Amino acid sequence: MPLSPGPAGGPAFPESPALVIRGLAKRFGEKIAVNGVDLDVPTGSFYGLVGPNGAGKTTTLSMATGLLRPDHGQVWVHGVDVWARPLEAKKLMGILPDGVRLFDRLTGEQLVTYAGLLRGMDRDTVAERVADLLRALDLTDDAGTLVVDYSAGMTKKIALASALIHAPSLLVLDEPFESVDPVSAANIRDILNSYVSSGGSVIVSSHVMDLVQRMCDHAAVIAAGTVLAAGTVDEVRGDSSLEDRFVELVGGRNTAEGLTWLRTS
Amino acid sequence: MVAHLLRLKLTLLRNSLKRSTWALIGVILGGLYGLGMLGLLILALFAFGTAEAEIIRNVVVIAGSAVVLGWIVVPMVSSGIDMTLDPARFVTFAVPMPQLIAGLALGAVIGIPGIITLLAALGQVGIWRLYPAAAVVAVVCAILATLLCVVASRLAATAVMSLTSSRTFKDVSSMVVLVPIILLGPIIAGIAAGFEQSVGFAGELAAILGWTPLGVFWAVPADVADGAYLTAALRFAFGVATLALLAWLWQLSLARALVTPAHNAVTRKAAGNLGFFSRFPATPTGAVAARALTYWARDPRYLGSIVIVPLVPLLMLFFAYQSGDFTMLNFVGPIIAFLLAWSISADISYDNTAFWLHLSTGVSGWADRAGRALAVAVIAAPAVLVFTVGPLWISGSLEQLPVMLGLSVGVLLTGIGFSSVVSARYTYNVPLPGESPLKTPPGTGFSMFAVQIIGWLVLTALVLPELGLAIAYFVTGNSVFGWLTLVVGGVLGAALLMGGVKLGGQWYDRRAPELLQAVAVNK
Repeated sequence: MPLSPGPAGGPAFPESPALVIRGLAKRFGEKIAVNGVDLDVPTGSFYGLVGPNGAGKTTTLSMATGLLRPDHGQVWVHGVDVWARPLEAKKLMGILPDGVRLFDRLTGEQLVTYAGLLRGMDRDTVAERVADLLRALDLTDDAGTLVVDYSAGMTKKIALASALIHAPSLLVLDEPFESVDPVSAANIRDILNSYVSSGGSVIVSSHVMDLVQRMCDHAAVIAAGTVLAAGTVDEVRGDSSLEDRFVELVGGRNTAEGLTWLRTS
Repeated sequence: MVAHLLRLKLTLLRNSLKRSTWALIGVILGGLYGLGMLGLLILALFAFGTAEAEIIRNVVVIAGSAVVLGWIVVPMVSSGIDMTLDPARFVTFAVPMPQLIAGLALGAVIGIPGIITLLAALGQVGIWRLYPAAAVVAVVCAILATLLCVVASRLAATAVMSLTSSRTFKDVSSMVVLVPIILLGPIIAGIAAGFEQSVGFAGELAAILGWTPLGVFWAVPADVADGAYLTAALRFAFGVATLALLAWLWQLSLARALVTPAHNAVTRKAAGNLGFFSRFPATPTGAVAARALTYWARDPRYLGSIVIVPLVPLLMLFFAYQSGDFTMLNFVGPIIAFLLAWSISADISYDNTAFWLHLSTGVSGWADRAGRALAVAVIAAPAVLVFTVGPLWISGSLEQLPVMLGLSVGVLLTGIGFSSVVSARYTYNVPLPGESPLKTPPGTGFSMFAVQIIGWLVLTALVLPELGLAIAYFVTGNSVFGWLTLVVGGVLGAALLMGGVKLGGQWYDRRAPELLQAVAVNK
């Protein structure tokens, strides 16, 4: 599918990195969810954000995309300050959040159309891109089904389509492959790869290390609201695999002999 | 295993109370209220014992049948019912069937409705205190009747289990149940009138119910009191047979349900029908309006508001008949205008976290507010027009049209404008997407009532000019005031609508992330 960062959504400052995060912090009551995160996502990179459950990945990405107001810190998308000029910044970004609802009483087709029209796109462009996206994500046969009746994987895919409709120059995807079947996941990876090779930037959060190691060129390991390591995937993992390096950084591996009764022989 | 299920039920009950102190206080207050009512009921039954045996029979059989009917109907229509021991949750466990049946049945008795039913049924013994033999029989029958309630209710729940997993069934049933609840007053009055008009009616009804599963156990003590021992024995045998049959059916349906996991059959539909999206202009405002209107047509929480509209005049007609004063009927238009306009005051709370899409697409506050206002206006304008003109036309007082239309239009426009401000600023817990519109979410409490009451007061203050002119019209009878009401209602209403959308939009632009965070608390 010819998805590339469109001229309208093109970088305002092409020379500046796709996403710059400085000193981002958020506290929920007693709990510090994000504790001073710095990240640089270069333009044209495929960036993986990995971390254990509750590490602050979703909170960081929510603050980076203008969905959650940070207590401290700043975020720039292609040089545009997200919290000072939110409307401009949001034009550059396509977002797939995790753990939120969709307007699920719309059909899949209506939902993606809605996302396009909300961004002020004209009807013909929206219709054309909706058809393309539904085909690319293998949702054409279910386009008229209500999203509330979709399976978890289909719901992810329709949300991804809503994030792509305006051809953003930065894609922020929170757990995009969760519950998605392997064929669809491969299709999505193809779409994202061609998007990156045409100059777009992607940041994905995941806890599937293999996937990040194969798919991404950059990675950051985040735990307890702090960045433990960041850089190109090769820099982060060194000599070992990303998974081993991740476990080494984060800790908490349970190596004791356990569940002996579970062995069947 | 039966003990395990009972312990599970008790633990669930205890843990649900532990979640919040306020919820616990609510349950205690509710429990005290319930116990108080129960005590009064038992006292009343006791005091009633001196009445004629015939009257006692009628009261006990009809009231008892109503209780059994309630147990059967409630799980069918309510998605908010206590399904803590939902058979669907035991699909993966290998529990032997007889123990599962016994455990589920006893588990259903433990729980507030079960205990209250049992105590009330036992309290029925007091009414038979002048007939010792009947009183003894009443104890046995009370226990059996409670069991019958539980088994019939569980059978109904299991029977509709496959249905309730279907979204369409849930949506429809949660709206259908609104109708009798709103019309509860007239329904009760109607039944009461039935009793008043024909003295024999209660007796006939009780006689019929006494031979149905609903009333069979309640009628046995009455037979004993009458000395009709053969009838009593026959009836008792019929009751026990019914109970056994229901238990057997329950076991059958449960056995089937346990090996047929619930699934939601959905027909796949291809693209091509954009609905309202192709009828509204392709702008952010038009898109928001199309989305909101789609929800008005598809979401039971919004549909509930529409279902209520035609019931309002019905309700007012009923009260008009009762009081003989029909002038109030002319005010149906403004009342419906108020109800519909206020119904979008919690629009963002209804969106819940789906609201992130508006936030991430950077849609302007003005477009968000205007789109939602437009959607409700599309529905409310014709409804308000019909219900303003209709009553005046029927009652032949069309000369009041300017003043009533002025009031209706003023209330509608002002109300929509004001709701646009309120929903951009205040969120409170509402039924979640997909839930029954009747469900009161936990933690609703004070903030919601404060917003509602203060909101209504402010709205009343905003329409004071129209109200004043309307009152002047009715006091003086001068038609100039009528026309003035229409002009002021239209002009001032339009101004307040524009102002409300603009102010709401500004607040929205400033606070949209905070709004998302506020609705995310209740997900």
